[in-house]
Amino acid sequence: MEFNAHKPIYLQICSQIYEKILNGELKAEDRILSVRELGAELGVNPNTIMRSYEALQNSGIIYNKRGIGYFISPEAKDLVMNQMKTEFINDELPEIVRKMKLLGITQEEFAAYFNK
Amino acid sequence: MIEIKNLDFAYKKQVVFNNISLSFEKGNIYGLLGENGVGKTTLLKLISGLQQPNVGSCTVDGIDPFKRLPETLQKVYFISEDFAIPEGTPEKNVKSIGVFYPNFDLTLFRDLCKDMEVDPTRKFSEMSFGQQKKSLIATALSLNTDYLFLDEPTNGLDIPSKSLFRQVISKHINDGRTIIISTHQVKDVENLIDPIVILDNDEVLLKATFAEITSKLYFDFATEKDTEALYSEMLPGGYINVSINKAGIESQVNIEALFNTVMHNKKAIKEMF
Repeated sequence: MEFNAHKPIYLQICSQIYEKILNGELKAEDRILSVRELGAELGVNPNTIMRSYEALQNSGIIYNKRGIGYFISPEAKDLVMNQMKTEFINDELPEIVRKMKLLGITQEEFAAYFNK
Repeated sequence: MIEIKNLDFAYKKQVVFNNISLSFEKGNIYGLLGENGVGKTTLLKLISGLQQPNVGSCTVDGIDPFKRLPETLQKVYFISEDFAIPEGTPEKNVKSIGVFYPNFDLTLFRDLCKDMEVDPTRKFSEMSFGQQKKSLIATALSLNTDYLFLDEPTNGLDIPSKSLFRQVISKHINDGRTIIISTHQVKDVENLIDPIVILDNDEVLLKATFAEITSKLYFDFATEKDTEALYSEMLPGGYINVSINKAGIESQVNIEALFNTVMHNKKAIKEMF
C-alpha cells in the first residue's frame, strides 16, 4: 500500500476499506482482517490499525462480534458513499475549484467536460 | 513497564543525562530519536543493565536491571548497532542463547528466518551484513522477551528487507511486549513507531503518541512558506509547514519535519506537550 503524505495513516487505512466496500470487494457481513493481521500485512503499528477500526466502528461501517472479529455492517455501502461524498466536497473539490479559477476555466467550459 | 526517575548519567566528565524521567509502557513500539551523541544508545544500555545510573533510578518491572538478576535478564534483549558476529550458524547460535530465555521458540525462529529470507543453517561468516542483521532480528524476536531494544535495526538492510522488517515487528508486538527502536532512519520505520521519544543533550524533549502530536501540531504541504509556522522546510514541489493545530484538523505526521520542529522550538514544544 502506498501512503500519501497528507492524511493521517489511520484515515488512509479507512479509505482503503471504503474503496473495497464501494467496488464490492468487501460485502455486507464479510469478516475483515484482524487488527494484528492487517498491521502485519501493511507493516503498520497495530495501535494505528486499532484507531482505524475504532473510527470505522464509530461511523457504523464495521461492527465487532466479540471474540470473532470485525464485520462489514449491512448499511456500510450507503454510509461510505455519503461519507466519501462529504469528504470529496470538503477536501478535494475546493482544490479543483481553485485550479479552475486560476486557469480561468468557466462554468460553461467545465460543464462541457463534465457532460462528455 | 520501564521507569526512569530523576536519572543522571555521565561517562567520566561528559554528562549524558541530567535529571531525566521517562517511562515505557507495554504494548508499544517506541521510536527513540535524537541527534548524534545525545545518548540514545546509552539509554538502551541503562535499561538493559549494561550501565549504571550515577543518580536516580531505572527499573524494569520494578527491578534495577543493573542487579543483573536472571528474572530480569531473561525478559530483556538488546541488539546493539555494532553487534559482535556470533560463531557458527544462526540456528546454532539461537539454540545456545535460547536456553537462557524461557519463552524461546525455535519454530518461530525458523519461521522468522523464512519470512526474512535468510538461511539459518549458513555460517554467519559467509553472510552479507544485511543477512547477519536479519538473522539477529529473527533471533531477537524468537527469544520472545517482554522487552526488546533495537539500535539502528534497518542499517544495512536492502529495500525489500526494510519492508519485511516492518511487517515482522508489527506482527510480533503484543500487549505484553515493549519494543524500543532507536534510529536515524525514520523513513524506514514510519508508520511502525508510535509513540515517539526525542532526546536532546541531557534531556527528553518529547514523548508523545501520533494522536497527541496531530492534535497539537498541523503538518501542511503548501506551495508557499508559512511565515507563522513553527517550522518550514522546502521540499520538491513546495513547502512543509508545521504549525500549532488551532483548527483541530488531523494531518499526517512527517517525522523528519517533526524532529526539526522540535529542535527549533525546544521550549515551546516542552510546554505544549
